[in-house]
This record gives sequence, structure tokens and C-alpha cells, in this order.
Amino acid sequence: MTSHQETVILRGHIIDSLILAKVLDTILMMGGSFDLADVQIGKTREESSRARIIVRAGTAQLLSDILHRIQPHGASVEREADCRLQPAPANGIFPEEFYATTHLPTQIRLQGQWVDVEGTEMDLGVAVEPKKAIARTVPMGAVKRGDLIVTGREGIRVTPLERPRDRDVFGFMESQVSAERPHRHVIHDIAKRMMSLREGFRQGRPASKVLLAGGPAIIHAGGRDALTWLIEEEFIHVLFCGNALPAHDMEVELYGTSLGYGQQAGRVVPHGHEHHLRTINRIRAIGSIDAAVESSVIKGGIMAACINKHVQVVMAGTIRDDGPLPGVITDSVRAQEAMRAAIPGVGLALLVASTLHAVATGNLLPATIPSVCVDVNPAVPTKLADRGSFQAIGLVMDAASFLRELARELGWTS
Amino acid sequence: MSRLLVCPPDYFGIEYEINPWMRRSNTVNRDQAVRQWHGLMQVLEQDVGAVLERMNPVPGLPDLVFTANAGLVVGRRAVPSRFRYAERQPEEAWFEDWFRTNGFEVLSLEKELFFEGAGDLLGFPDAWFGGYRQRSEIRAFPFLSEWFNREIIPLELVDSRYYHLDTCFCPLSGGELLYFPAAFDRYGQAAIADRIAPHQQLAVSEADALKFACNAICVGKHVVLPAGCAGTERLLEERGYRPHPVPLSEFMKSGGSAKCLTLALD
Repeated sequence: MTSHQETVILRGHIIDSLILAKVLDTILMMGGSFDLADVQIGKTREESSRARIIVRAGTAQLLSDILHRIQPHGASVEREADCRLQPAPANGIFPEEFYATTHLPTQIRLQGQWVDVEGTEMDLGVAVEPKKAIARTVPMGAVKRGDLIVTGREGIRVTPLERPRDRDVFGFMESQVSAERPHRHVIHDIAKRMMSLREGFRQGRPASKVLLAGGPAIIHAGGRDALTWLIEEEFIHVLFCGNALPAHDMEVELYGTSLGYGQQAGRVVPHGHEHHLRTINRIRAIGSIDAAVESSVIKGGIMAACINKHVQVVMAGTIRDDGPLPGVITDSVRAQEAMRAAIPGVGLALLVASTLHAVATGNLLPATIPSVCVDVNPAVPTKLADRGSFQAIGLVMDAASFLRELARELGWTS
Repeated sequence: MSRLLVCPPDYFGIEYEINPWMRRSNTVNRDQAVRQWHGLMQVLEQDVGAVLERMNPVPGLPDLVFTANAGLVVGRRAVPSRFRYAERQPEEAWFEDWFRTNGFEVLSLEKELFFEGAGDLLGFPDAWFGGYRQRSEIRAFPFLSEWFNREIIPLELVDSRYYHLDTCFCPLSGGELLYFPAAFDRYGQAAIADRIAPHQQLAVSEADALKFACNAICVGKHVVLPAGCAGTERLLEERGYRPHPVPLSEFMKSGGSAKCLTLALD
């Protein structure tokens, strides 16, 4: 990913003289890239033109070399201002004109120095500690009175994503969603990436965790075995879900049904609709899912695998929840905080069969983390793309089919 | 009638080396230089009919003789040069003083914005060309362009032997361009081709370019150029110009010739 950039200004009769062309050619020939941020062409022959060019390079040294080479042709580094800071007027309130973040890597200029903003996430503010030259994103609800918040648009720069070097589906990140496209090669590439991430995870490499955010359709449609296997084989390291996924997972364990349907028989079992309530009640009586697994009340399935493999689980509740299960966070702001805290270290996100959790997770993810959104309803991946998570690959398919195919690619033989 | 600013070569010599032509060991024959300079003046006054304005030479400023680098003159306004090399910077004050004393309105470029006058800015009535990279800075041109409401096409000088635009580029009064293409890169050559029709481009040979054939003074149909550029003379004659070859070998030791020794004042 490119993080070195500088904005240069070129003015004069730069079009017909081919000076602009020469500068742009030089940038490319040296291995850099550019964005023409703004070009004002003189209205008459006598009037000068002006181009604002964002020059990017893979290393600071290359950027410096490029600037050195284009400077004699008149490209001068734009004098940039420091970012503006204003104190938050009260707890939970940003100053007017606060800068709202994107999910792209961002830097702010403090006393002439560009400082990386920590915690890339969209729709937040940026809080700054000028003395320590530290900047990090902060949600509206978490801001404290007097915190210095970046306002306006000066002294802020956002780095667009470069196409990743890997020549897999993630190398062609696009938000185009279609049910008509073949899935096989996409799932193959996801599996390949998960295999290398597991290797990295085992060696303690950064950004090697795989996050799965999923809904109960995984259980209803028959994807439980495959997901359990993926967790047991250490392909999944973080699980985001609500109340229903663990409830139905454990319902299968205790009653052999999910939402009353016999998993094997494939039909409604008498009084089956009560099973998930009885499951939740049982776990509540035991006190926690951990205790239920430790006491062997719950022996297999997704939640048992998560506990056995120390997968980090965040369960975020909603207003339609039964129970809920112990451990489900019913305060949505707290749930969001818990999910946010689990994002660092994630290198791939699988958002499977849950509109709510897919969109919530998509909003928390920096654009640098590839994500795969799987849903039978094309509206979900589309909605995610509309929210600005353009790095999400959309697969319109059944959750169970996806998980089973993925697990098979990774060696599942069931 | 054409008025030209000149400066007698009383103190001319090679006292430093700031271009590939200059070698301190290559001593100037002062008497010969004075004879050649007066020869040039005679041609300009008697054959071409130019009016000469002589400024006083100054001891210790050997290159003051190259008045093309005094600055840029447009009508009654003058922009004195900002020399790149410290060796020539003391000339700035003398040239500026001459402009003021002679009634020109002086416009000043900011310090450190190098611009070496008519040595690097030449043009036709509708398009000016600015040489940059060796001496003048490209960033100076937008200021000049704004002050004089003219288009200035910057041309990078890619060969250090042709360190000023007037060493390789000479607009003629009939709209033709006498120039040495290899002194420019492909961008510069394309920019020239965009403004000057092919039949108006008179490319000189490398042999003539190295004798500074392009460092010529064009007044009407008269073209005064250094002696020894027979090919260029023929080119000019074919277009109806009258070449006046003048021996200027002593000034070539310093990297200058006919055009460098004059500044057009109108």
C-alpha cells in the first residue's frame, strides 16, 4: 500500500509546451503514480494554466527522488497548512465542522509533520494529542469535553487504496454484485488466502486473523458442520454474531433442531418452536456458554469450537432477541465498542448471511482489509457497497453452500 | 530603426568558468577582442543601420559585455536579470541602474528566481519561448507572462553547451526560426513544431551550431552572425535574408557571440 505522497503545483503555459506531459511522464517512468487533483486551463492563449498533482510513491526515498526530478520543470511542493483543531464542547459532542473520517488510511498535519491517524474507520472524528503528535479516530459518543478534534478540511490527506499485488479475486476488488457470476474461483481464492492467513496466525504475524460475522441462516441452511470444522481447524479467529446464531447452534446440540426443524429429518418436530427458548433458558441457568461447554452440556458445534479454540466472540443483541443468552451485549453502543476492539489484527472478513452484522462490521473495517459478503439476497452485498465498503466482494449464494464449499477447498472431507 | 544596448569589452576576459566553453587557461587576446567588438559595432551601425546605446564597462565584471543578459525589455518596461551564478550577480545592479537612468520602468523578480534576460527569452510577436534548466528557472516565466500578457512556451535546454536559449534558437523577422533541434528534448521539439510551421523551421547543422550560428542578430532582413557558418548563411540567403558574418572568436572562448553582445531595446 502506498503511503508516501506530496502535492505539487505546476503553473504557466504547461499544456502546449508539453511541460505537464513531461512531468507526468517522469513520475510514471520513475515508478511513481499521480492524481491530477485539479487542472485549470487558461481561457486565452496568454492566460496561464495551473495543475495540482498528487504524486505518490512506494517509498519515501522514491518520492523524494521524483520530487527532485520534477522540481526543475516547475513542479513546486504545495505549501500545506496544519490541520485545524477545536475542543469538543461537551461529552459526546464534536465541535461544529468536525472532520468525518473515511475507511481509508488518513494523515493529518501537525506542526508541519504528517501524522498517521490510528484506527482507520469511517464516520468517526479525529482526536489529537498535539504534544505527543498522536491522532486517532474517535466515535461521537466517546468524545470527552475539551478533547481536541480535527475540524475543516485543511491539513488532512487520505490515501486511496492501491490495487493489491496478489492476482486473486481481491486483486480486482470491485463492488459489483451479481447472482449470475460463477462462485467457484472466488471461493478458491478465499480459501487460498485463508490457508496463508492461518500460517501467519500460527506464526504470530500481524493482520493474519480471519473474522466471520454471521447470522442464524448458517445453522438453518445446514452450514453448521462446515463452520464448526473451519473453527476447529483454526481458520476463523474472531466471530461476530447476535443472539440467534449461538442459540440455534446450541439448539441443534441439545435437541437436534434449529428453529424447530429437525436437522436430519428436515421437518418440523412437535413443539420444536420451543426448543431455542428452552436452549436459551438452559444456558441462562448454567450461567454462561463457557460453563455449558466446560460442563459438557454443549459438546460440539460452533460455540463449543469457539471456546475450545479460544476464538474471540462478540455477541451483539437486538430488540427481537429472546432471552438473551448470557454474554450477549444488549447495549448497542457497548456492542459496537467491543466489535471495534476486536478489529485490530484482522486480515480478512467473511460477512455471511446477516444484513445487520455485515453492515455493522463493514462500517468498522478499514478499506485495507478485504472482505467477502455472502448472502442469498443481493441487496445485502449491494447495501454494504453503498455504505462505502467498496473493498467487499459480494457473493450472492446460500450461506451453507458457501461455507461447505469453502471448507471443502480447505480440506474438509465430510 | 533598431536600438541595441552594448557594452565595450574594456574589462572582458575569462576570470571564472561557468559554462563548458570557458577555460581560464584559454586566455583572451584583449586587443583582438576589442577589434572584433568594434568590427561588430561597425556592421551593426553602418550595414544594418542599428542605433547603439553604449553603457560603461565596469572593472571586475568581465561578462558585462554580454548585454543580452541585462534583462528583458518590453516597450518602456524592463525586468533586470537574476543571475544563477554568483560570478555574474554583481552585474544585476549595473544593468538595473542603466534601465532606471534611461527611463525604463523596472519590474523586479524575487531574489533566487533565476532569469537571465533576453539570453533565455526570445520570441515572435505572438509567442514567446523561454529556455530553462541551465540558467533561468521555469518558475520565472509565469510572472513575466502575467506582467506582459504573453504566452511563454518553456523549452528545456538539455545540452549544457547551449546553456542559454539564444545559443541555439533565433527567431527571424519573417517568422522563420533558426535553431539547433538537438539542443531540445522531444517535448521541446514537439512544442516548437506546434507553433512554427515546418517550412518556417531552419535547422542549422551541428558544426554551425557549435560555432554559435544561432547566436545571431536579426534586424529586418539583415542577420549578423559569427563568421564561419557557411551553411547557415546559405540557409538565410535562400529565405531572402542578408547574412553579415563577423569574426568573434575571442568572445566564443567565453561562450558568447553576436547576439549575446547586444540587447534589443525596442
